[in-house]
Amino acid sequence: MIGDLRGAEIRDHERELHHFHLRVGFAGIAVLLAFALLAARFIYLQVLQHDTYASKAEENRISIVPVLPNRGLILDRNGVVLARNYSAYTLEIFPARVADLDGTIQALSEYVEVQPKDRARFRKLLAETRNAESLPIRTRLSDEEVARFAANRFRFPGVEIKARLFRQYPHGDIASHVLGYIGRINTRDQEKLAELGVAANYRGTDFIGRTGLEASYQQELHGTTGFEQVEIDAAGRGIRTLARTPAQAGNNVTLTLDIKLQQIAEVAFGARRGAMVAIEPSTGGVLAFVSKPGFDPNLFVDGIDPQSWSELNNSPDRPLTNRAIAGVYPPGSTFKPFMAMAALELGKRTPRSAISDPGYFEFGGRRFRDSKPGGHGYVDLYKSIVVSSDTFYYQLANDMGIDAIAGYIGKFGFGSKSGIDLEGEAIGVLPSPEWKQRRFAKPEQKKWYAGETISIGIGQGYNAYTPMQVALAMATLAANGDMYRPRLVSHIDDIRTGERRHFKPVLQQRLELKSENVEFVKRAMAGVNIEGTGARSFGNAQYSSGGKTGTAQVIGMKQGEKYDEKKINERHRDHSLFIVFAPLESPRIALMVIVENGGFGARSAAPIARTVLDYYLLGKVPAAAAGAAAPAGDDEEETESD
Amino acid sequence: MDATPLSPRRIFQRMVARLGEGLDGPLLAITALLVAIGLAALYSASNETLGRVNAQLVNLALALGAMWVMAQIAPQTLMRFAVPAYLFGLALLIAVALFGDIVNGARRWLHVGVTRIQPSEAMKLALPLMLAWYFHRNEATLRLRDFAVAAVLLAVPVLLIARQPDLGTAVLVGAVGFYVIFFAGIGWRILAGLGVLGLASLAPLWGLLHDYQRRRVLTLLDPSQDPLGAGYHTIQSTIAVGSGGITGKGWLHGTQTHLEFIPERHTDFIFAVYSEEFGLIGNLVLLGIYLALVTRGLMIAANAPTFFARLLAASITLMFFTYAFVNMGMVSGILPVVGVPLPFISYGGTALVTLFMGIGILLSVHRHRKLVQT
Repeated sequence: MIGDLRGAEIRDHERELHHFHLRVGFAGIAVLLAFALLAARFIYLQVLQHDTYASKAEENRISIVPVLPNRGLILDRNGVVLARNYSAYTLEIFPARVADLDGTIQALSEYVEVQPKDRARFRKLLAETRNAESLPIRTRLSDEEVARFAANRFRFPGVEIKARLFRQYPHGDIASHVLGYIGRINTRDQEKLAELGVAANYRGTDFIGRTGLEASYQQELHGTTGFEQVEIDAAGRGIRTLARTPAQAGNNVTLTLDIKLQQIAEVAFGARRGAMVAIEPSTGGVLAFVSKPGFDPNLFVDGIDPQSWSELNNSPDRPLTNRAIAGVYPPGSTFKPFMAMAALELGKRTPRSAISDPGYFEFGGRRFRDSKPGGHGYVDLYKSIVVSSDTFYYQLANDMGIDAIAGYIGKFGFGSKSGIDLEGEAIGVLPSPEWKQRRFAKPEQKKWYAGETISIGIGQGYNAYTPMQVALAMATLAANGDMYRPRLVSHIDDIRTGERRHFKPVLQQRLELKSENVEFVKRAMAGVNIEGTGARSFGNAQYSSGGKTGTAQVIGMKQGEKYDEKKINERHRDHSLFIVFAPLESPRIALMVIVENGGFGARSAAPIARTVLDYYLLGKVPAAAAGAAAPAGDDEEETESD
Repeated sequence: MDATPLSPRRIFQRMVARLGEGLDGPLLAITALLVAIGLAALYSASNETLGRVNAQLVNLALALGAMWVMAQIAPQTLMRFAVPAYLFGLALLIAVALFGDIVNGARRWLHVGVTRIQPSEAMKLALPLMLAWYFHRNEATLRLRDFAVAAVLLAVPVLLIARQPDLGTAVLVGAVGFYVIFFAGIGWRILAGLGVLGLASLAPLWGLLHDYQRRRVLTLLDPSQDPLGAGYHTIQSTIAVGSGGITGKGWLHGTQTHLEFIPERHTDFIFAVYSEEFGLIGNLVLLGIYLALVTRGLMIAANAPTFFARLLAASITLMFFTYAFVNMGMVSGILPVVGVPLPFISYGGTALVTLFMGIGILLSVHRHRKLVQT
């Protein structure tokens, strides 16, 4: 019994041990399988997928950091620096790393001066720029501010001081429309750069030329971005530099423009609005290029603050409009020499053709009045230019017909882009039946009426050209019909090759003009400055010149209308124009001046032209603001109106 | 008696011999190998500074002490501690749930005077002790009812731990308890039925999970969903493992490690450090060592004299396996990220003490294998 029991117990015990061993064996197999699964995973990761993960580890480890190139300099024809760079400290916030932006900025203002306009600009940048790494809250920190912040930087994670290069324009608003300004690269710019296939070269670059030469020579000025391979840790801190490809600075751009001449011209304008373009007739090189008022491009270099921006944008003077190429004005009587050229070349008039000017031209029962009541009496072609007879040109226009006028005048570049190396050129209006057909929608408006041709002859009516076009036409006439493409850049110094690339004059077209006709018109224009409407300004000049005054009714430019009455009246005054070339033999300069609402051409525009020519041809520097003092009294020499 | 006076060196050698008397050489050797690997990986993970290595050496001294003490306690004596240890652990877990400190969003710690303790850690040993004791007491008459009681004894602490939440510890405690029940001989059919039931309860269980736990599971399925958030750990550790290749980048030359791309590289993710620097070969060697540890542990269990000792030794051995498998699985991206250290290698005193106490229990079971067989 007892023995049996014991036996049973032992058997039980052994059976149970056997069961246990079975389960241990089972567990052992399960462990083996589990480890086999891990081993398989290791083989998959470390053998089959090794290359993928190895490169991922490298990507983790190595960051390509762009090294920004210095933007190229812009220099005038004598090597005077017009745009350069300087290094300054900026205080930058990484928005992604800062939870409470307002609180942080408030705290920062205890160590660094933060003005309301700085905050406004920061908010504007924040709204405009997508996925920007860092945005400046303050630029151009003083050394003291840098030191104060550095001592407290541990309080500000996500705020860093960076050394950045800034664009600087030492001449302020002088030549601002030539140089243009730079702006922060936005999404649209990025798309454009990607289209051009140069996006990689702009990595890390914040600014891009927006207008003027900064925009049109952007690719030359930008340079080549260098790269640094930096080993970084998980927090993005650079550990060491592995390799370095230095940046290549942008190319230096040298202009044909003479900044001294430019300055004298701008001072001569004073506070008046207008434009002037001076061209070297034998090359097309632009010597001076004025659009007044200008702006200070330095305002834009670190992102313009909203207040300054809205002031510039909303000013009725429209300082951001480049009047020289984007403003269109009726040429007024400066159109007449070209009409005379057309008449001579087309055989519609000879030097001896003459009329008796009664003070008006009658057409279809309507009287087109001359600006001089009672008329100029006997007027031949020479006198028609010298005294600026309207009647003569009413009749001429009627005799030529609109097709002949448009066909011939267009050859001088009226109504087409001059091809200057700036963006944003307007086309203007060279009136013709075809143009009217395109321009208007209603059938009765599409038709060209013969009566509309009459005032075209004196540069009024639908005529509307940019100062650039008129200046180019003047230069072309001065060069006896050789039309060189106007350009601002003389040469570019290639930083990489050390080579200097000269921009050779580009002869756009050579008008086949009979030399006796050219000589005749030039002589008549010389007469203008000796005995005609330009004599008051040029009578005593020490050099020979040919000019033509003009007065244009205000119809072209739209003006900001909400202004007090006095101003509105002022803005309805006629524009004052003047074209001139000098000297008569082998001219060195041809220019066009327009002073908005300046009244008669002889009064406002011609003195500016005189000042400019005196400096360019004689080196005469006027007393500051000499040209700004415009006579206020009536001007009986020329009175033009329709 | 030996007449010659003993030299100090002889005395020391004898003391070591006495200390190690009856302890299982192979088990100690395997453990020593793992510890050595751990210190090497830790040194690399610390960017070649000794601070953490020294701290770990202190932990190791404590752990070895705990192991030695455990190794001195016979299984029969240990059995008497089973119930009090379990009840005490349970009480602490309830206390944690009521008054515990919240660290990183989880209520795991309990203030005791000057220091804080993590009671869930104690359950890793207290639970198998308790269950082994329970089965041993009812050895002769094991019925389904006993397994049901065991399941309740298992479920209560596991749920308390999972609620803290501490998924890693819950998995380990649950696993070790399950191993006891498994080795006690629960029927295969019941096991299969439980398996089906477990699968069916996945959906309601999902509802019980905390958001971050769900995210971890989802991220496992597709780590790239959240590369800088929940998926970051897995992505970076997988890159580390994969970029190690067959031979590894060499000790101290892991870029993922040294540039700090691997989070928690001293503790739960130290395997990524090791794997990046020693490659596939190193990984297979490590798997081999763990396999040796499991084999040796199961052998000790198989030769254990009593039901209690067998269950305890086998379940603790498989708990070591579970640590290793879950940790390597999560680092290499086939298991969700739960806080389970790599046994004997990860930095951290608490885990090391628990693990070495487990080794101590195995040593004790091994040392007392013959006593009852006579």
